[in-house]
Amino acid sequence: MTEISERAVVRRLNDRFGFGPAPGDLEAGVDATVRRLLGPLTDAAAAALSPPTGLEPPTAAKKQDKDAKKAANKQRAAQERKLTLWWLDRMVVSRTAGERLTWFWHGHFATSNQKVRNAAWMLAQNQTQRRLALGRFGDLAQAMIVDSATIRWLDGQKNRKGSPNENLAREFMELFTLGIGHYQEADVAQAARCLTGWVLRKDVATFQRKRFDSGTKTVLGKTGDFDAKGFANLTLAQPASAGFVIGRLWFRLVSATPPDAATVARLSAAYGVNRDVRSLLMAMVGEAAFKDPESSLVKQPVEWAVGLLRALRLRPSKLEEKEQTKLLAGLRGMGQLPYRPPSVGGWPAGASWLTTSAGVTRLQLAQQLAKKAELSAVKNEEDVAALLGVDGWSERTKTALAGLKDPAQLVAVAACSPEYVVSG
Amino acid sequence: MDNVTRRRFLALSGVTAAGALAAGATQVNWSDLMAAAVDDPLPSDQSVLVVITLYGGNDGLNTVVPAADPAYQKARPDLAYHENEVLDLGEGLGLNPGMKGLKGLWDDKRLAIVRGVGYPDPDRSHFRSMAIWQTASPKSPIPTGWLGRWLDATGADPLRAVSVEPTLPPLLAGETTAAASLPLRGLSLPGGALGTAYAALGKPSPGEGHWQARAAKSVLDLQNATQVLGKAVKSGHEQEDDDDEERTKGASAGGASQLGAQLELIAGLIEAGVPTRAYSASLGGFDTHADERGTQERLLTELDGALTPFVQRLQKTDRGKNAVVLVYSEFGRRVQANGSDGTDHGTAGPVFVLGEKVSGGFFGQQPSLTDLSNGDLKAGTDFRDVYATVLHQVLGADPAQILAGHQTTIDGLLRA
Repeated sequence: MTEISERAVVRRLNDRFGFGPAPGDLEAGVDATVRRLLGPLTDAAAAALSPPTGLEPPTAAKKQDKDAKKAANKQRAAQERKLTLWWLDRMVVSRTAGERLTWFWHGHFATSNQKVRNAAWMLAQNQTQRRLALGRFGDLAQAMIVDSATIRWLDGQKNRKGSPNENLAREFMELFTLGIGHYQEADVAQAARCLTGWVLRKDVATFQRKRFDSGTKTVLGKTGDFDAKGFANLTLAQPASAGFVIGRLWFRLVSATPPDAATVARLSAAYGVNRDVRSLLMAMVGEAAFKDPESSLVKQPVEWAVGLLRALRLRPSKLEEKEQTKLLAGLRGMGQLPYRPPSVGGWPAGASWLTTSAGVTRLQLAQQLAKKAELSAVKNEEDVAALLGVDGWSERTKTALAGLKDPAQLVAVAACSPEYVVSG
Repeated sequence: MDNVTRRRFLALSGVTAAGALAAGATQVNWSDLMAAAVDDPLPSDQSVLVVITLYGGNDGLNTVVPAADPAYQKARPDLAYHENEVLDLGEGLGLNPGMKGLKGLWDDKRLAIVRGVGYPDPDRSHFRSMAIWQTASPKSPIPTGWLGRWLDATGADPLRAVSVEPTLPPLLAGETTAAASLPLRGLSLPGGALGTAYAALGKPSPGEGHWQARAAKSVLDLQNATQVLGKAVKSGHEQEDDDDEERTKGASAGGASQLGAQLELIAGLIEAGVPTRAYSASLGGFDTHADERGTQERLLTELDGALTPFVQRLQKTDRGKNAVVLVYSEFGRRVQANGSDGTDHGTAGPVFVLGEKVSGGFFGQQPSLTDLSNGDLKAGTDFRDVYATVLHQVLGADPAQILAGHQTTIDGLLRA
């Protein structure tokens, strides 16, 4: 198998475990880059950005009071905006894989504030995913199944003894831990009983014993008085679970071509009984597929935009309010706003980001950001390649860029080139 | 990607991923197509199909309501509509009270309701069931949508099918062609040196990887879509989403909002004579596990408020008169209410077919509420019968070629 160059491996590491190379990152070697991204160091730059405060949802307006309702909606929108800009800022400054994996888990346990309507809960879920991003998957799954935002999103608070609601139970197995085909309809009904008892109080999801169905359940072939934690453990212990989690990470971080059985076996060994995500990622980096030229991925819109902001030394929080609005509108137009996945199945991938409508928005946003950047050192296509950290231009792109003199235009068109839109 | 890989891909990435599966392998002579599209608009006697997907699993029993059936009242004491609340359609059925405009179309014989539509061995996963409806392959996962295969079969022109949704739905992804997508705010590209340089990115580059080649082709497709479709869009009107709490309670299973704006855009494109024969629009929020009545009635009112003026507008032009609208969801919901005043995932549901060419009335049998399968309705009509009917009579295609041999159609649904 041919391998990509060492510099391209460094670039790929930055793309897949970060949000693209920041200026200077491509001068480091492979080992140093792996150590920086996947080593034990905390991300001081990202940690310095404290999360926004004042995210508690406005008090419910009376149904008839249209003005109060409008004001409450406006306040909710402002809170979500603050939260989204904070996260984008963190992504831009992040130096370790922690932020990128937080982004991954957000898409995996996909929860949208459209229905949750509580920015404080979205932040709490986000912080839990961040804290456990490279830790043990079991801890993360345990935390997510009783998370306030997850519960609201999948109607967990409506699920009580005697009147089960299957929403959370089904999606937890199908999308979070096992994958379709590894459980039966009867398991969904029984699992729903295990998840009864949780209610949403003002601050946090709380367990109420009298709403809990303490009877015997049979789930995934095991019988007992299982609760949420017990049910989560049962799914994690299924033989299909490790392969499912590995497959999802591989699909977003390595390649759209699934790993073969031997690769899955090696990766499962690294994941191990502790379900250790950091070890798993280290093992993925060591796989031949990670250096295979075929392992290219279309960047998701957030990854593309954050990578561009970072290369241009722009920070979302430092943009003027009007520009921030355009940035968020651009992400929405490309089909991907943080805290707003389209469904519990998360965001699509690959060619879904290459639609005609996404293309128009991408060019507009690239122009907007390029105009805000300090580009006096950019004279030609080679300068742009260095700035964006691409491995090199094809003849096609070189020819396209040769017609441009204005640095901002050079950067905008280069940012829409196949070489930059795709992480090669 | 090989077939196994694709299948795995579909399984892994859920409902919106099949859009990723249309490989851009066929080289299309774009300048010829472009010239044809601009110089030779769609003849006004060619019929057009508009597919509206309701994401989340719309509760069919509270849409076309068997209010007179005691078994219905008994199964859903707090969720059931009474006979005097629904809009009477005859045969003991009534439309949800939110659908007053559609009741008018029913009275005018412009609305057909195909009852009890589903497929064998129903799957209760949103993502799997939606994939089955969109690929028209109930038995094994396949990487192409049913209208995508129609695109493949009719000359691989992405402009023949257009989505007005934020992401391309799997139903429009073929093996070699994916439909174009058009945002509500319209398409326009800059001119001058910037525009020229951007357009030059659309050329294929020898030896480049699969995804880079796809990205280049998307630039080329965009140039063409902008020229052909961009002109038909007068002004962009993307509004803020209506995120009222009642509206979003069933929102965890995908789909777009602003159906009215989507359909307005489609009406404009049809009237302008763009060379598009199939359109896709969607409305999300139907995953009503809790507090269903208010949420669903509100969504059905939204559907009604978007669909009624759309169908009425189409009746005013020759091109519009040839349009047929199809409305479906990935499954209906459980007969028995679930105790949070909602319903969990179920099986068969009604499909709506609307337009000037439609023979209004009921088709298919209303599923029994007493003869159930694991608490769910038994489907009486295969969803591919509906597809075969519109493929044959609206798009003039051979259903068997697109639906893996399936060619049963529904007699009398559309006028010849």
